[in-house]
Amino acid sequence: MDQNPMPPHVSPDGQDLKLPPGSALDREATRRTRRSFISLGLAGLGGVLGWRYLLGRPQVEGVPAPFRKVLNANARLTEAYFRETRLAPEFAKSRAVAKVRTNGDAGLQSDIDLNAWRMKVQPYGGGPAQEFTLADIKALPRVDMTTELKCIEGWSIIVNWSGARFADFLAKYPLASRSRQPLQSSANPPADLAPYVGITTPDEKYYVGLDMQSAIHPQTLLCYEINGQPLSLAHGAPLRLVTPLKYGIKHLKRIGTIAFADAKPADYWAEQGYDWYAGH
Amino acid sequence: MKKLVDKHPLAIRWFHWANFPVLSLMIWSGLWIYWANDVYRIGWGSTTLFKFFPQSFYQAFHLDHKLAQGMAWHFVLMWVFFINGLLYVGYTLLSGEWRYLLPNRHSFREAWEVTLHDLGLRKMAPLVQKYNGAQRIAYTAVVLMGLGSLLTGLAIYRPTQFAWLTNLLGGYGAARVEHFVLTIGYVLFFVVHVAQVVRAGWNNFRSMVAGFEIEDVPAGAAGPVLAQREPDAKA
Repeated sequence: MDQNPMPPHVSPDGQDLKLPPGSALDREATRRTRRSFISLGLAGLGGVLGWRYLLGRPQVEGVPAPFRKVLNANARLTEAYFRETRLAPEFAKSRAVAKVRTNGDAGLQSDIDLNAWRMKVQPYGGGPAQEFTLADIKALPRVDMTTELKCIEGWSIIVNWSGARFADFLAKYPLASRSRQPLQSSANPPADLAPYVGITTPDEKYYVGLDMQSAIHPQTLLCYEINGQPLSLAHGAPLRLVTPLKYGIKHLKRIGTIAFADAKPADYWAEQGYDWYAGH
Repeated sequence: MKKLVDKHPLAIRWFHWANFPVLSLMIWSGLWIYWANDVYRIGWGSTTLFKFFPQSFYQAFHLDHKLAQGMAWHFVLMWVFFINGLLYVGYTLLSGEWRYLLPNRHSFREAWEVTLHDLGLRKMAPLVQKYNGAQRIAYTAVVLMGLGSLLTGLAIYRPTQFAWLTNLLGGYGAARVEHFVLTIGYVLFFVVHVAQVVRAGWNNFRSMVAGFEIEDVPAGAAGPVLAQREPDAKA
């Protein structure tokens, strides 16, 4: 048994807590109450005005400038934390879906002659564009990978992809460094490697930009097969980009031209208000 | 004898009120994001008891076709939510306020008594404390839910760089469900919280704005005027 029981307080239910009107205590309570509610009201008003101000700032690609700045800062933070050794989870091939959902056909509506198709690559720093056939890409080490495709809409599916690492392409064709040094390791790239890659469809109606560290990640593929079958036209035949480091919006179908840049290349969805980085 | 008794420190009041609009906007922008793939429902097989959300809900609040805007708001405000939560938890730890907030060994029994009392099934009112058992459990749970939202959110936002976290949470799809369920949890918390605040009355509500509460302290009673069970107090 406790020797010093606490004061016997009862629940305030129904308790009369009215202070004597005009008493010093009543005036004190009124003063503190008024001061606090006015402060809260002003803070609330400040919050509303501040938020409206932020929303009313000039738009940068469909997003008010301060928001775009924060999205870019989030990307820089992710890039600083990024390690090429961190891999997206891979799954057993048997878990891959048989029928892969298609979403969006921007850049796929022009006619294409698959036999005449070439991938054009504009060397970093200038020089004539070089052309590659599908056989050139297939001659690179084949990578078979079962990863989760995450759509920016919120759904995700496990897909089996095959293709060549973009890093292996740059190892054989050193077009991304000004001094034409081949990429020997994504952990230790040449110092003069381009910071950005821009990819467009042959009709230039769809285009994405990638940061170089995502582009040369070992799980970023120039993909030519899904479930061991050549890509269908809807999935971007003959060659598409696949990278589990980014949302599906960056998995450009039907690669036309690849170019390297010092500044963020144009990006179809970033222009419509999405995060340019869109990375994982 | 009536007295003005300090109840909530200024910092707690500000963190509490700052959280209200921030969490509201997080939920709002979250709905804009969720709309783009609104697949969750309560049901089994082909039977659906409730779909998150009916079309009428989206239409009533114009929540459709705002995915990009929703993501932009969400990934800006997440910082405010995170910093406010961090400051709140840091403050409760440093100030010792955590002692009033963490459930103790009496809390579950008390919470049961409070629930029975509030439902009108038990006459005897629970001991008045700064926070009763039910409040301790609810307020601690909602802080843990905040942490859960940050972690599940991070697991969805950067699932490759934080693959270990995403895997720990059961994978990308599972983390997304968890993030959503936590949000529903806030809404339920909010409904009960507001109902209880309305029930408790003006004196209690004012204490979260102005900091003080009017107490009728029995003449001669000394010591703490807000009856407070210390965490290790005897029952």
